[in-house]
Amino acid sequence: MKKSVQNLKVIANVKLNNDHHLLQLHTPDQLENIVPGQFANILADQSQSIFLRRPFSIHAVDYQKNIISILIKEVGEGTRSLSHTPVNSSLNVIFPLGNGFSLPSSSEKVLLVGGGCGVAPLLHLAQVLSKDFNDIYILLGARSAVDLVELNQYAIYGKVFTTTEDGSHGEKGFVTEHSIFGVKLDSFSRIYCCGPEPMMKAVASKAKANSVSCEVSLENTMACGFGVCLCCVTETLQGHKCVCTDGPVFNINQLKWQI
Amino acid sequence: MADLSTIIHNIKLKNPVLTASGTFGYGVEFDDFFDINLLGGFIVKGTTIHPRQGNAYPRMAETSSGMLNAVGLQNAGAQYFATEIYPKLTKYETNVLVNVSGSTIEEYVACAEIINDLDRISGIELNISCPNVKEGGMAFGTSCPSAAAVVSAVRKVYKKTMVVKLSPNVTDIAEIAKAAEGAGADSLSLINTILGMAINAETRKPVLSTITGGLSGPAVKPIALRMVWQVSQAVKIPIIGLGGIMNATDAIEFFLAGASAIQVGTANFIDPLATVKIINGIDNYLNRHKISAISDLIGCLHL
Ligand SMILES: Cc1cc2nc3c(=O)[nH]c(=O)nc-3n(C[C@H](O)[C@H](O)[C@H](O)COP(=O)(O)OP(=O)(O)OC[C@H]3O[C@@H](n4cnc5c(N)ncnc54)[C@H](O)[C@@H]3O)c2cc1C
Ligand SMILES: Cc1cc2nc3c(=O)[nH]c(=O)nc-3n(C[C@H](O)[C@H](O)[C@H](O)COP(=O)(O)O)c2cc1C
Ligand code: FES
Repeated sequence: MKKSVQNLKVIANVKLNNDHHLLQLHTPDQLENIVPGQFANILADQSQSIFLRRPFSIHAVDYQKNIISILIKEVGEGTRSLSHTPVNSSLNVIFPLGNGFSLPSSSEKVLLVGGGCGVAPLLHLAQVLSKDFNDIYILLGARSAVDLVELNQYAIYGKVFTTTEDGSHGEKGFVTEHSIFGVKLDSFSRIYCCGPEPMMKAVASKAKANSVSCEVSLENTMACGFGVCLCCVTETLQGHKCVCTDGPVFNINQLKWQI
Repeated sequence: MADLSTIIHNIKLKNPVLTASGTFGYGVEFDDFFDINLLGGFIVKGTTIHPRQGNAYPRMAETSSGMLNAVGLQNAGAQYFATEIYPKLTKYETNVLVNVSGSTIEEYVACAEIINDLDRISGIELNISCPNVKEGGMAFGTSCPSAAAVVSAVRKVYKKTMVVKLSPNVTDIAEIAKAAEGAGADSLSLINTILGMAINAETRKPVLSTITGGLSGPAVKPIALRMVWQVSQAVKIPIIGLGGIMNATDAIEFFLAGASAIQVGTANFIDPLATVKIINGIDNYLNRHKISAISDLIGCLHL
């Protein structure tokens, strides 16, 4: 789908827990082919400290109703303001942006790993992968059971596994300590990963050790989101690449991570 | 519809709205958003004779009503521009200018020579004001003799319109402006970014990899306006004003201060359609004030 600037109507704003909100945004236009992993750059109410847009992964897409969903975790003023957008008001959104995850051409066994708010793009990914009859394993990690949001949604598309740091849900520990990594990781043909960078690096190193193809979604700070400011670069084997246009999804073999 | 046309030396602009280098990519990135032929013209990214990787990440810090950047002139080099990018720009009917930078006078000259051979490029904007590179860049723009030296050296090889982009990081911008005019500049653009800094109090670290960077956005507008005003009193060549322009009212203020055209920079990041809205807004302003041509507004500040 061509990128555009649109005023999207907020048709639902659901508080999922203390700091997560799910926003549903409606466009009057017909949505076409949004690739999982692509993101939207959203204008929050301007204030002295909020000047630039805020990027968010596209969390789910409903092509029948022309709705995109955004999962927002409050971390600062911008996310706080967006989390409290009233229903029926509108948000100015540039979307879809970025490259998105690469998808298998035939049915495969795949592992999706998400930590913290990095789970956001994985729901849309699972949605799309399930249409092509892939065997989908979804591993989600959080601090505590309350931080694991929308598990029932993920369960529609695949087998869900969890870890929590306090042991309140699933296995106790970090996501990378889950038993799924203990054995037979190479039975997966791909790993998709999104979350805090140290976690993605840990997953990437396990994928690399087992020769499993692995894609990660990066969250560098951005000014424009569509490739003109060159502020969001990451180091790759081909030099600096923009996370907003060449990414946010990169194959770990492209990155210069010490893993 | 008022007459929005304006002239910068030999370049006739159908309207006075250009885009600022480093904030508009190569134009093509905006094709999905609007027809960029609607612009008076656009200025492409800073180009240097040798390819540059730019500075390490993080390169950006959001600040009160603005942002700091430390991109450091990342570009693939003038030859790559000429063979790979320029052919994609010839589809545009509007004016395209190339922002030229370098670490030494020889590098500026070599880069300008390559651009001189490209027919569809209306002019160059000589960037003697980039705060984000270790050598050259801003250093040329902060003293009169070095500004004059680089401008006159490029003047010898560049035949079309040469705009010289001034740094605000100086004590007396009017002096530098006169030096550039004396050395052969056809027009002056100002301002480039203002040297600034951001610190993360929690981590006690600078936000930018380069520690300092260039401030842009509405936070710099009063400084930019003051400098355009001062320079307009000091030189005869046309001035292109920029710095924090977000809407048509901001643009009008720059015309009143003496700018013959304006550039929109950081505003493109927040609203990719900002330039078109500004063009329409200028037209509305002129109609509302019963002014038939933008030329009747330039430098017409009531004192
Ligand atoms: C491609 C992409 C996709 C994203 N997807 C989502 C998503 O689906 N849901 C979601 O809640 N968030 C997502 N983010 C992160 C989100 O954009 C930031 O949390 C938001 O910009 C912070 O704005 P703020 O004003 O609330 O916080 P600020 O006041 O700007 O910052 C508050 C704190 O958060 C940190 N921070 C700011 N921006 C980022 C960032 N990009 N990455 C990591 N830390 C940051 C700051 O260093 C600071 O400590 C994504 C970011 C990118 C680049
Ligand atoms: C991310 C970024 C990159 C820039 N790159 C260049 C550049 O390559 N050459 C140049 O002359 N100016 C560059 N500038 C400066 C702008 O062209 C402009 O002078 C400045 O941002 C002030 O205008 P504004 O407040 O409207 O953005 C850059 C600015 C930004 C924000
Ligand atoms: S955020 Fe501007 S180029 Fe990526």
